[in-house]
Amino acid sequence: MTAAQPVSPASPVSPPGGLAGAPAGKPAGFGHLLLSEWTKIRSVRSTVWALILFVVVTIGFTVLVTALITSNWNSGGGGQGGHERIIADPAAFLMGAGVGLGQLTICVLGALLITTEYSTGVIRASLLAVPRRTPMLVAKAIVFAGLILVLAEIVCFGSFFAGSAILHSRVPVSLGDPGVARAVFGTGLYLTVLGLLALAVGTLIRHTAGAIATVIGVVLVLPILSGLLPRSWGAHINAYLPQQAGSLISHARQQPADLLSPWQGFGVLCLWTALLLAAGIYLLKRRDA
Amino acid sequence: MIEARDLTKLYSGKAAVDHLSFTVRPGRVTGFLGPNGAGKSTTMRLILGLDWPNTGVATINGQRYEELANPLRTVGALLEAKSVHGGRSAANHLLFLAQSQGLPSSRVNEVLDLVGLREVADKRAGTFSLGMSQRLGIAAAMLGDPQVLLLDEPVNGLDPEGVLWIRNLLKYLAGQGRTVLVSSHLMNEMAVTADHLIVIGRGKLIADSATQDVIARSSEQSVRVRTPDAPRLTGLIEAEGGKVSLVAESPMAETGSGAAASGLPASGFLASEITGGPRTLTVTGMPAPRIGELAASASVVLHELSPQLASLEEAFMELTSGSLEFGEHSAPAPAADAAAAAADQGHR
Repeated sequence: MTAAQPVSPASPVSPPGGLAGAPAGKPAGFGHLLLSEWTKIRSVRSTVWALILFVVVTIGFTVLVTALITSNWNSGGGGQGGHERIIADPAAFLMGAGVGLGQLTICVLGALLITTEYSTGVIRASLLAVPRRTPMLVAKAIVFAGLILVLAEIVCFGSFFAGSAILHSRVPVSLGDPGVARAVFGTGLYLTVLGLLALAVGTLIRHTAGAIATVIGVVLVLPILSGLLPRSWGAHINAYLPQQAGSLISHARQQPADLLSPWQGFGVLCLWTALLLAAGIYLLKRRDA
Repeated sequence: MIEARDLTKLYSGKAAVDHLSFTVRPGRVTGFLGPNGAGKSTTMRLILGLDWPNTGVATINGQRYEELANPLRTVGALLEAKSVHGGRSAANHLLFLAQSQGLPSSRVNEVLDLVGLREVADKRAGTFSLGMSQRLGIAAAMLGDPQVLLLDEPVNGLDPEGVLWIRNLLKYLAGQGRTVLVSSHLMNEMAVTADHLIVIGRGKLIADSATQDVIARSSEQSVRVRTPDAPRLTGLIEAEGGKVSLVAESPMAETGSGAAASGLPASGFLASEITGGPRTLTVTGMPAPRIGELAASASVVLHELSPQLASLEEAFMELTSGSLEFGEHSAPAPAADAAAAAADQGHR
């Protein structure tokens, strides 16, 4: 560890004008809290890197997967069933190609946002500044959601335009087709709410490893487990899982087998997230910091 | 003004803070003293609303901490545990705190100047030495120019220059009429810093009075006597109800330092075993003038007759001897004694 140059202490006695007194000013409002949380997010390098990774991975994989499938179209690379699915809903294919991986970055970032406060002890500084606690978490959630929404929409539209240009020779799809614009925009919404869900889980669990494992479990493992259940049971439980329900919004067309409409599915994800956030706030207020 | 009323905090059924009540007044440095594990940090966390008490309430200027509108403008706190993200620069750490209170960002540089960290403002806090981290913590505490300050072990890990700096800062702030509560397990540091002491042990209040009173009231005054006729003098003193113990004849005793100076009786010697030859005795329960009178009336020669003033260290050990976390009720645990002495030595 390279210690920074030791600093000679300020003159041992009389502290300088710094103590003249902070300006009285007005009481801080919620806007100040938003600004404070924004400073927290942008001033840690790992957060910035994770966001860059999210953009690069998602668009990159959309392009890569689409290019591979398009170039191997006639050699049966994707399989007959795969082709049919792409032809039936090319927008859903494009929105799943890169987001499937990119969403994990958002999950990790959402959980880290609060668990690193606990692991580094910043939570104590945060709660000394906002002792009622709830406004701190709400401000954090709003700032994070706003940031992810902007980035996720850029990523989703970017993925769509890049992917559809590659896919065009095989399956033409445009933003004007029915449901496509909603699917692309909706995928950005899905990623945003998923990030909030991860933040809620992080608030509940407080430990980085446990929180990330839980979120990944909810997103990747639960759908597989529910698939092992008997047919109709499994299908119903599966449909209401947060990730399964939420990702319906990335489909341009509702499939006959879907139990929920795209917006209903997104609503189910929002409900899960709201419940977990409420539980997180309840525990944040009750627990010793 | 800080007021704690009947504070109790249980951790898995065990009381870390046990029906503790005290008041910290403005305009003076109040030392919060106790052995490690006495409940100092827990008490501070209860005052600051980080932990919830099982009973009682703590208020700052009449309000509970979580009722304060912009708490950092009223209360500045330095906690013992780290509360800075190692990947964030010192300036950004202070900036987000300032913003949360609606303070102008110019305030960040002002407090960085105050603690002498301006040059490393943009360095990541993870690269800071312990002393620099403590300074950053002080900067955060001073951010809102608070009227009330709570500092948990602020001199821990500081070099002598840093210790002096903190001591002067605390006195200066108290002199401005602020309320300053500073915890420590270093008795000698508190003796020169604090005007008033709140001593706790096992979560309970042991003493709450002026620093000088704590020393005077809680320590048994003793008198050091050196005489070539120890058996006779011992008999005279004991006849009047005084207690005599023999100080070990060792180089330490001759130089008047160490165990002898602190008035600790040598183990294994009883007054009845005292034999002839020059001996150094420690007498308790009798003032020095009376010892002199007794000696004169019986024509016992005295080589030395000096009242011993207990240090705050001894006063503290006596106050808390029954309350050390793992010590025994009946006798002060020698290990704890040694540990405290070692800590004190380390401090010097």
